[in-house]
Amino acid sequence: MSTNKLIYMDNNATTRIAPEVVKEMAEVEASVYGNASSMHTFGRVANSLVEDARKNVADLLECSPSEITFTSGASEANNTVFSIAKSLIEKKKGSRIITTTIEHPSIIETVKYLRTQGIQVDMVSVDTEGRVRMDELEKLMGPDVVLVSVMTGNNEIGTIQDIEKIAELAHKAGALMHTDATQAIGKIEVSAKKWKVDYISMSGHKFYGPKGVGVLFTRSTAPFLPYIHGGEQEHGRRAGTYNTVSIYGLGLAAKLAKEGLKEEHDRLWEMRERLREGIINNIPDVIVNGCQEHCLPGTLDVSFPSAEGESILLMLDMYGVAVSTGSACATGSLEPSYVLLSCGLDVELAHGSIRFSLGRYNTDEEVDYVIEVLPPIIKRLREISTR
Amino acid sequence: MSSSFMADWVYTDVVKDHFMNPRNIWDKNENWEPDAFGEVGSLACGDQMRVGIKVFNDKIADIRWLTYGCASAIASTSMMSEMVKGMTLKEAYNITPTMITDALGGLPEHKFHCSVLGDKALRAAIDDYLEKNNLPNPYKDATAKIVCECRNVTDQQIEELVKTDRATTLEELQELTGYGTGCGKCKKNIEHIFEELRHIYGKS
Repeated sequence: MSTNKLIYMDNNATTRIAPEVVKEMAEVEASVYGNASSMHTFGRVANSLVEDARKNVADLLECSPSEITFTSGASEANNTVFSIAKSLIEKKKGSRIITTTIEHPSIIETVKYLRTQGIQVDMVSVDTEGRVRMDELEKLMGPDVVLVSVMTGNNEIGTIQDIEKIAELAHKAGALMHTDATQAIGKIEVSAKKWKVDYISMSGHKFYGPKGVGVLFTRSTAPFLPYIHGGEQEHGRRAGTYNTVSIYGLGLAAKLAKEGLKEEHDRLWEMRERLREGIINNIPDVIVNGCQEHCLPGTLDVSFPSAEGESILLMLDMYGVAVSTGSACATGSLEPSYVLLSCGLDVELAHGSIRFSLGRYNTDEEVDYVIEVLPPIIKRLREISTR
Repeated sequence: MSSSFMADWVYTDVVKDHFMNPRNIWDKNENWEPDAFGEVGSLACGDQMRVGIKVFNDKIADIRWLTYGCASAIASTSMMSEMVKGMTLKEAYNITPTMITDALGGLPEHKFHCSVLGDKALRAAIDDYLEKNNLPNPYKDATAKIVCECRNVTDQQIEELVKTDRATTLEELQELTGYGTGCGKCKKNIEHIFEELRHIYGKS
């Protein structure tokens, strides 16, 4: 049962940092220790690394470097945007925020908090494939909406939204548009220019950069208020001593993401399809969740009726394969994945869901290994199942 | 990655063993006919348990089980099935989740509720056996624990009310039992028990 192979298929949780990024970060970590805000040589050297990263990120998002703010991650970026919207509502610039039922917890939980503060937030539902119901969104839109926030690609099911179209709708109503592009970066094109969005959140560790560092793009015409106070860093937009080396690493990862985008997309999609076909051809009674047409290339979410997700996850772990599940049992709560439930999935199917998320360092051989070990696991769990 | 970096498993080695090699599985091809059986939980809740028993001389002679559940549910039922073999019905009826989790070397705290289905299904099977054979059931009330001292409410009373849909809300439960209307100390605990039972019996 034990294996020497370890196969990482949980790239939507986090990615392995790119070796070329680690190498450059280690060199910089050992030599550059100045505070990037200082005026002396040490500070200026550090600052040049931060500005280098800012340029790389701006290139990736097709925007101006001055529109990039570094944060501690996408959660902070998302919180910042919603805190701006809250201020706008408090200043009577409008009275509502619109978002969706399948956003990341850093938005879902922020919405819950904002509601306790008297802020009205409307949640648009999604269809069975996880696509935002546009008719519902159009009905909810109005001149009193200050912000529309819709994630680019979903972390669990991989469904991609039509951000360009939603941004157009938002702007027509006079609202600001935010997209949490954390899962999409490096997999599909994310363009501030084409999509005409006002805010974009992203995180370094989802595209082979370091953890603990992220980005908030803010269009030069969009309002901004700091979420973290206490310093003049980032032109007063985000206080705190620069996390120089991580910011530099994120910049390097952004550069790699831009250079290899098309190739990476196609490779991930091919592997994902190989895995999907292998699973449906070798295991009876399988449900593929999400949307086949608009899907992040590396994400495959599958439900196995009569087999429970945490058990599948732990059995796969015994074979050295790392995945995620939407089962409540893996989180300690009694509720399974709200994303899958939002798509109208039965509670049982949500409990029996497994997310494979492939990344840059996965291979066809690894996919084939999973296709080999998974069928007996599902068969065994179904044999001991009450159904 | 070398093995020296391998992190500890979420569960103990005993749990791992029972999860990977569960004992006394009710193999559908085995043609094993139980004298009685019990079933608790529901697929909708993410865990369901079926336990079958054979009884000889007032003792559990053999046991089989099936579950739709997570690793803790599988391991704790497997362990329970080993522990109760040869026990008298009275001993088996009094087995508690704590005894099972202790034998497993412990479970993470948030997984404890996954381990309560096995013994519940076993008790349901024993109830079924006694009922089928027109035997008195002296265990049911004897294992009841008073959870509201002021109004003398037992956990089994609550369980029965939940199971039979007579108490579907806390308000109904209070109306029927009067729990928490004395000193009020029991309220939080009873609300927890109520939610847990509703989950176990597939009511929430």
